[in-house]
Amino acid sequence: MSTSTATPDASFTLDGEDVPFRPGETILQAAQRAGHYVPHLCWHPEFHPHGSCRVCTVKVNGRAGAACTVQAAAGLAVESSTDELNAHRKTLLQMLFVEGNHFCPSCEKSGNCLLQATAYEAGMEGPHFEEFYPDRPVDASHPDILLDFDRCILCELCVRASADVDGRNIFAIAGHGIDTHLVVNSPSGKLGDTDMTLADRAASICPVGVILPKRRGFAVPIGERRYDVKTVAEPGNQEAS
Amino acid sequence: MTTLAPLYPTHQPRKLKVATVSLAGCFGCHMSFLDIDERILELIEHVEFDRSPLTDIKHVGHCDIGLIEGGLCNSENVEVLRDFRKHCKTLVAVGACAINGGLPAQRNHLDLGEILQDVYGSRTGMSAGSAIPNDPELPLPLNKVHPIHEVVHVDYFLPGCPPPADAFWRFLTDLMAGRTPHLGHGLMHYD
Repeated sequence: MSTSTATPDASFTLDGEDVPFRPGETILQAAQRAGHYVPHLCWHPEFHPHGSCRVCTVKVNGRAGAACTVQAAAGLAVESSTDELNAHRKTLLQMLFVEGNHFCPSCEKSGNCLLQATAYEAGMEGPHFEEFYPDRPVDASHPDILLDFDRCILCELCVRASADVDGRNIFAIAGHGIDTHLVVNSPSGKLGDTDMTLADRAASICPVGVILPKRRGFAVPIGERRYDVKTVAEPGNQEAS
Repeated sequence: MTTLAPLYPTHQPRKLKVATVSLAGCFGCHMSFLDIDERILELIEHVEFDRSPLTDIKHVGHCDIGLIEGGLCNSENVEVLRDFRKHCKTLVAVGACAINGGLPAQRNHLDLGEILQDVYGSRTGMSAGSAIPNDPELPLPLNKVHPIHEVVHVDYFLPGCPPPADAFWRFLTDLMAGRTPHLGHGLMHYD
């Protein structure tokens, strides 16, 4: 139970520490505002929660739930950084890595990538599972933007950014199960046939290396990038985009 | 006055035997390993190298630690890997290629027959009579490149392309001291 004196009814505990919250906030929102780190991939503070990656799964009064979708309530006992939950998170990350083609040494997003940084923080040293090596050709049809689907983790942040912020509905998710994939809403299915611009929020929201500006490489050298310098767990460094 | 022999024999720990190999790799991990510089003098106080490009020993003997650079792109890689697994108490996948196939695995979405035909058959500038090499001594390429944990059990993964020299040092000193190797931020890299 909360022992906070400032807002006696508006706090829950996260791994034993009091976390105050505002009405309507989710556990993840309140935790991050209070400077805590709950690992996440599909959640971004600017967008409605999606609850799909499950990396932010916590135990709320003993029951598992996605911290990005569960509303904070007074007196909840939330566990996040436990050996059990962190082991599950590592497994989720390993599955995401083998499902795509995550060849970090050749990726311009390396060092600025939320998936990579989250895996570093989770202590993911190897993939554990067999690699899928899926065939996902790049879309280089747009003059300014490259799409490399090899790295897509289906977080849908580009779908939300294009629909909710840019008002263009350029991206969507198609298919089911293991065939689920990101598609471009244009007659040819190519990004070059859309009116997307580099100024769109969707062009900068990708937490991994799918949506990249063309002709921009190694502006910051490997080793000096966002997550090379500070871990993803540090306040202010928890979003890659 | 004569000095007495010590009552108990002083304990001289046996040197750990270490073997290293580069399978479908570029030797970049081995080069990074050598970047531990003068610390290699401290290392050889504690370890003895068995099969390795550093010793030129051709067949792996019984070892405590086997370091594998590179993934599997041909039948010889698989044979050598299995031999290492059989002879090493602790087997380590070193670097991106051993861990997820790395650069060589970028051929995995292409047809192997077409690649060989493109490189040895139909490329412009080929001399007359050029053909896909078929000497029986050449190991056959695998249809796809695989990371090593898909073929043998791997005890530890040391990521990086290559892993930094300090990561090698931390990893080996942890392992030699009987600790679970822990790289931590700054040494854990996939690039």
